Amino acid sequence: MNKPDTIYFFGTCLIDLIYPQAGISAVQLLQREDIKVIYPQAQTCCGQPAWNSGYRDEARAVARTQLALFPKPIPIVIPSGSCAGMMKLHYPELFAGQPDEAQALDVASRVYELTEFLVDVLHIELKDLGEPVKVAVHTSCSSRREMGVASKIESLLDQLGNVTKLEQIRKTECCGFGGTFAVKQPEISASMVLEKADTIRATGAERLIGQDAGCLLNIGGTMEKQGDAIPHQHIAEFLWERVKNPSPPSPLSLKGRGGARSSSEEAPLPLRERGWGEGESS
Amino acid sequence: MNNVARTNILQRLRKETPPQPSPCQGKEQDVSSFDWDRAERIRRFTERMEAVRAEIHHADHRDWLDVLTEICHAKGLNNLLLSPNTTWGQAISAQAGRFPTLRHYEQPIDGWKEEMFYGIDAAFTSTLGGIAETGTLILWPDAEEPRTMSLVPPVHIALLEVDKLHTTFAAAVQEQGWVEKGLPTNALLVSGPSKSADIEQTLAYGVHGPKELVVILVFSHPA
Amino acid sequence: MISEFRQHVIENLAKPNVRANFRKAMDGLMQRRLDQFPDPAELERIRTQAQAIRANALSKLPELLEQLEAKLTDNGIHVHWAETTEQANQIVLSIMQKHNAKTMIKGKSMVSEEMGLNHFLEAHGIDALESDLGEFILQLAHEPPSHIVAPAIHKSRQDVAKLFNDKFPDIPYTENIDELTQAARTILRDKFYSAEVGLSGVNFAVAETGTLCLVENEGNGRMSTTVPRVHIAVTGIEKVVEKLSDIPPLLSILTRSATGQPITTYFNMISSPRKPGEKDGPEEVHLVLLDNGRSNIYSDPELLATLRCIRCGACMNHCPVYTRIGGHSYGTVYPGPIGIILEPQKAGLDVHGELTQASTLCGACGEVCPVRIPIPTLINRLRYEGVRKDASTTPGTGSRRTTAEAAAWKSWSWSASHPAIYNFGTKAAARLRGVLPMQMSAWTNVRSAPQLADKTLHERMKEMGVADE
Repeated sequence: MNKPDTIYFFGTCLIDLIYPQAGISAVQLLQREDIKVIYPQAQTCCGQPAWNSGYRDEARAVARTQLALFPKPIPIVIPSGSCAGMMKLHYPELFAGQPDEAQALDVASRVYELTEFLVDVLHIELKDLGEPVKVAVHTSCSSRREMGVASKIESLLDQLGNVTKLEQIRKTECCGFGGTFAVKQPEISASMVLEKADTIRATGAERLIGQDAGCLLNIGGTMEKQGDAIPHQHIAEFLWERVKNPSPPSPLSLKGRGGARSSSEEAPLPLRERGWGEGESS
Repeated sequence: MNNVARTNILQRLRKETPPQPSPCQGKEQDVSSFDWDRAERIRRFTERMEAVRAEIHHADHRDWLDVLTEICHAKGLNNLLLSPNTTWGQAISAQAGRFPTLRHYEQPIDGWKEEMFYGIDAAFTSTLGGIAETGTLILWPDAEEPRTMSLVPPVHIALLEVDKLHTTFAAAVQEQGWVEKGLPTNALLVSGPSKSADIEQTLAYGVHGPKELVVILVFSHPA
Repeated sequence: MISEFRQHVIENLAKPNVRANFRKAMDGLMQRRLDQFPDPAELERIRTQAQAIRANALSKLPELLEQLEAKLTDNGIHVHWAETTEQANQIVLSIMQKHNAKTMIKGKSMVSEEMGLNHFLEAHGIDALESDLGEFILQLAHEPPSHIVAPAIHKSRQDVAKLFNDKFPDIPYTENIDELTQAARTILRDKFYSAEVGLSGVNFAVAETGTLCLVENEGNGRMSTTVPRVHIAVTGIEKVVEKLSDIPPLLSILTRSATGQPITTYFNMISSPRKPGEKDGPEEVHLVLLDNGRSNIYSDPELLATLRCIRCGACMNHCPVYTRIGGHSYGTVYPGPIGIILEPQKAGLDVHGELTQASTLCGACGEVCPVRIPIPTLINRLRYEGVRKDASTTPGTGSRRTTAEAAAWKSWSWSASHPAIYNFGTKAAARLRGVLPMQMSAWTNVRSAPQLADKTLHERMKEMGVADE
């Protein structure tokens, strides 16, 4: 599609509650591309937790509330492969045969995952103003397999001259979050995320970049509990940090917890020695 | 019971309107069609066979008996089971002195099972053809060359004429007219000696079938 | 209260050696499969073809079964139908009894595992011996398979060495895999020689020609179907395909997906018993067609896709859950993603419904399935079947619904459909926390507790003056 003037932004509940800075950064990135952003204040959750738990009526009630939020024929941009996948692929299933099926199909047809939108629709060009940094990327399973947009986050990062990507082994393997899976099957989930944390740490990356808050919460929380956390960030927040002007790397958004808080009340956290002292890989 | 079960199962399957096959298009597409000339077919066949530890020997209509003699000698075979009535078997039998003791499948297995299992070193059979893509022999065992010949003895020596080397399994089925001819009691594809990876995913050869598969590839013109 | 499944999981996660065996084997199998499909576009074309072949066969299943039966009967093969595993076992037993047979040699067959055939025959004084190397090892160890293609994948060579030494003290102790394999060859040769009846599974049954196809590497399948005087094949009713020309593409994608082989050592096509004048092969061949819940699965247009399966095992090889917990944790004949969808549909959601939770829905299984079974979609569907209130065709529908969980989702749903209420974000979060009493401790066992931001994105958007509509 051609570059639109205006888009809807659906922030997702995890970003709303835990990682608002990711949402803010996404909106700032879009605004910088001369896009008018509409953030419907009545948005809540896409309904996926109930959908994946089999509670379809409950999921539908929540999803129906969201359907009403996007009346204009403009794209809906979502900074999560998981929630985008829910709206794009599962709303049509959820509303099949329902009176609002047509509305659900219309909404689904306008959904874009954020990195997909930046790359495929905006053809965004990024100029890296940040210091050299080594990152590892974890692409969510829904971004990779449902939405098929795993290459987008990579190509965005490839535009950043001072960013070196390091690859963890079994990169495409799930981190073990799986929504309610993490609490319904905690032992399996733990075994998965512990290995994921190990493989990411083994790359020597200074930061973990992801495109789904669920995975970041899972992997980041694990590394933090282990006491050897690599700071993690949502791709939107990372990109904004790299391209905004002027841009000293904000230590505020480099908390182990992923910069959930970026307000100035917070004292800067000391950056970990490892990584920052090393030279740029040649 | 049987008829009741049959009736019930079929009734349950017919209870619903038959489900539509999802994307039925694409069923007939030939995704593995290759335009390989003879040399390329030979190259592929040999590469695949050797990758699974089969021995490949090239020969022609004049020297294949020499090649077989060498194989028997190299393997120290005490005997060789074969049919004396196939074209190839007749030729071998005519020069019996050059080979280990030649044995024939003279009676049904039941009459000489012990010797078949514990006394035969190797069997020689012809083949119906080969498949280049996967490095495969096609065998249609019959009264002359029964099924156990390519299965029970530790060494199986198979003769394949290069002109019968097809590109793919699908091509062989079609070009040899399997459906039209009707399938034999047992049709076989053999792609190497018996093997297993059941312990630690590590390949070990010679589990229940032949430990060695030797293929004599016979060219109609000098190789 | 920790479920039986979770207890198995906890036990198996605590076995570092077994976990290492699985990890190594699955990494190897994934790589070998990948090497077989260098061109992703070609892979998708082959998957489309394989899916279409299986879907086409299912669309005419009753007609094809009748055609298969007629063809096999013409060819001289006896066809039997069994609605249940009990009936199937009884059929096998009566064939054995008719021949006064006391010994059976078995090729690898998952359907016979499904039937619990070995135990059944044992109880009737019949000795049924597994001859696939992996199955043989497991029969010695009194363990079920942990993988449908590589049944003893959880065992190391040391495990096998100890087992052989224990059971066959005359054979010198060895950890060498070639020597272990040769020991098994020697032992089993005598059994092939003497067994009265051979039993096998079936990978594909061709209706057009009346042909039973078997895929294998070792030769035990050929031995079991060639040497004994009687051959009994057991198969699920879904294994039939329409035409012989359907076989080459299915065989190719099966072996490449399963073990990363372009083809297996043997592809064995059986169309009749020994004919007059032939000198070997069984004098009698029987086929037992087993339903065991399959016709019920068939009645649901969505769940029907379960029956497309060609049992390659790629879904388990690629499943991050299976790789960690191993096949035995599932407590079912078929483990891994295919087991998650198949077993609850056969035995009921009340029996195996929890297995539908043993998935992150990461999609790796669906991505590699050679016949494109939408496994994650079907897992989601079965989760729904487990908690829905109205009746449906899946056995055990609604049996996984608990009052507490249903109330929690209802409460969540209500708040999330009322934005004014939802916007007290923490309250909504508190409600979510009620979904499971274990939630926070389950989460924080290995992770730090999630901290809510001081202001929600809703508030920040308002502050930034971002338009609301």
